[in-house]
Amino acid sequence: MTRPTPSSVRKYLGGARGGSAPSPGATPLGGARPFVMRHPSVLWFLLALSAFTLGVTFLSDAFGIGLLSTSFVKTLGKTLCLCLVAIAMDVVWGYCGILSLGHFAFFGIGGYAIGMWLMYARTERIVEASLAEAPLPPTEQEVIDAIGVQIFGVVGSSEFPALWAFADSLALQLLMVALVPGLLALVFGWLAFRSRVTGVYLSILTQAMTLALSLYLFQNDSGLRGNNGLSGLQNIPGFEAVPQSVISIVFLWASALALGLGYVLFAWVVSGKMGSVIRAIRDDEARVRFLGYHVESYKLFVFTLTAIVAGIAGALYYPQAGIINPAEIAPIASIYLAVWVAIGGRGRLYGAVIGAAFVSLLSSWFTGGGAPDIPLGFYTIQWTDWWLVLLGVSFVVVTLFFPKGIGGLFDHLVRKDP
Amino acid sequence: MTTLLEVSGVSVSFDGFRAINNLSIQIAEPELRAVIGPNGAGKTTFMDIVTGKTRPDEGTVIWGERSVSLLSMNESQIARAGIGRKFQKPTVFEDQSVRENLAMALKNKRGPFDVLFHRKTPQGGARIREIAEEIGLADDLPRRAGELSHGQKQWLEIGMLLAQDPRLLLVDEPAAGMTPAERQHTTDLLKRAARTRAVVVVEHDMEFVRRLGCKVTVLHEGSVLAEGSLDHVTANQEVIDVYLGR
Ligand SMILES: Nc1ncnc2c1ncn2[C@@H]1O[C@H](COP(=O)(O)OP(=O)(O)O)[C@@H](O)[C@H]1O
Ligand SMILES: [Mg+2]
Repeated sequence: MTRPTPSSVRKYLGGARGGSAPSPGATPLGGARPFVMRHPSVLWFLLALSAFTLGVTFLSDAFGIGLLSTSFVKTLGKTLCLCLVAIAMDVVWGYCGILSLGHFAFFGIGGYAIGMWLMYARTERIVEASLAEAPLPPTEQEVIDAIGVQIFGVVGSSEFPALWAFADSLALQLLMVALVPGLLALVFGWLAFRSRVTGVYLSILTQAMTLALSLYLFQNDSGLRGNNGLSGLQNIPGFEAVPQSVISIVFLWASALALGLGYVLFAWVVSGKMGSVIRAIRDDEARVRFLGYHVESYKLFVFTLTAIVAGIAGALYYPQAGIINPAEIAPIASIYLAVWVAIGGRGRLYGAVIGAAFVSLLSSWFTGGGAPDIPLGFYTIQWTDWWLVLLGVSFVVVTLFFPKGIGGLFDHLVRKDP
Repeated sequence: MTTLLEVSGVSVSFDGFRAINNLSIQIAEPELRAVIGPNGAGKTTFMDIVTGKTRPDEGTVIWGERSVSLLSMNESQIARAGIGRKFQKPTVFEDQSVRENLAMALKNKRGPFDVLFHRKTPQGGARIREIAEEIGLADDLPRRAGELSHGQKQWLEIGMLLAQDPRLLLVDEPAAGMTPAERQHTTDLLKRAARTRAVVVVEHDMEFVRRLGCKVTVLHEGSVLAEGSLDHVTANQEVIDVYLGR
């Protein structure tokens, strides 16, 4: 169908760098310098993240002066994971215009996937230790049965469900962290995008998916311990002797590394031509189709990639939280995620980081009783109850008056060119 | 000249209203064709059908030397097959620069992974500047498309069409909102493009159509009322009655 034209023939014959020298004023070729060097904001972010991680380490109990408690270090590590899922949300919503209200489900699935291995391997060690004292050495089946009783006793079962087939293998469960959210997003996205479900209908569909998943997990026979969820995840099998203060720093570093890599990955995806097409899809997807782009493939790519990153973020979060249960996947969690990104400023990656860090830390301060109650005489404002109201009002105010969010204010300060 | 596009016996109804009624049009390659007709004659809907935006109830739309049916293809496949379109209301990506708009339209592989790993080439950059030159936006490449004037947006969209390097250009009311000088420039652009490809221009302005100096198709109530040179169709009594005489 395509008709070779002189320019396209030249292009293919000439190769990427061949042919005549670029004329004066030509755009400099990409790739001459490393990606981060060409994007100063990415470099700044990585520097800030490194400084933060080192700072926390030097203030920690395990490696520093002990100013920060282990539980606070864990809070900070978890916050980094929330920042990672927030930038994924920003790419899918802020850049590609898909208001997914289901990305926290992918986050939760990542947590469950790693949680299964953590729970299995740890229980296995406990069971083996206790059976070692028995007069006869236990058979393999006896060990597995005992693990089953330990794990599934709370839901009145001892059978290993098929879901746990790979739970004894760290490598396979790590694979599941990416594979399960990725496949779910791929299938869900394919069905939704192919039927050209967009806008608020797509948001509702993603909420339905999230709700279905959490309702399923709430059932005792889901194979994932119903509303008990998976617990004891802070105990890393094989590292029982290592104190939590050290483990918290290790996870902080792992979370920071993941956030840094995720940031570079997404900054790369949304830069250049891919970013151009994705933003064009957000602004006018019909027009993009008439340019010859298969819009659905692009949406599917972005939806799936961000779901995988969300899963990885969840897999790093829940070992720091220690427990995951179906309430984590409740539809409201994904809505919060969108609120963070909106408050932080969508369409800019650092905005999502600011939003997630700011709102989630503030949220734990308010709900954790950190904020003093305000006595009004006739009524006392208790922040544990009123925080959500404040958050809701902030969301409305930001949406109406500061559509660029906190990150937008940042733009004004940093940007030199008009 | 060979037939590039053959629309035959196409009808489409919206809620019982027949917007296109047994319409048949053939476009050759290369050819410049003007389509005129009163408001609501179905000119835009004709373009919607060819580009896959609207599915007709009846009829066939055949494309190219291999005579493939466009009705079995989706919008992006049709675009990749070589049909480019400029909309009645200028639609450029206002948040992006003129350069980005043109780069997106530039003829290249369109798959997500091709685009993800796409690298700028000197040839691509040169082609973008060449087109920018042609549409009079050479100095505006770094500007946000949203800042352009109405006429400049129209040109940018024509530039995006040229960048796509299509075999058939469908251009819906390109001169709307343009100054006489801009109109003259637009006529030249379209005539030049039509030397090597098929160009179909929908326009209201008779002076503009006269300057194009090409075969004219008059649409009325969704079907062809008359076809031929501008002098020929404007002498047609029916055309005078329904269109010119009002
Ligand atoms: N999507 C649609 N739904 C309903 N009616 C439509 C639609 N598109 C076009 N029409 C109607 O079809 C007729 C032809 O419209 P159009 O092709 O836009 O005319 P023109 O471009 O020649 O002015 C008009 O009466 C218009 O109202
Ligand atoms: Mg029209």
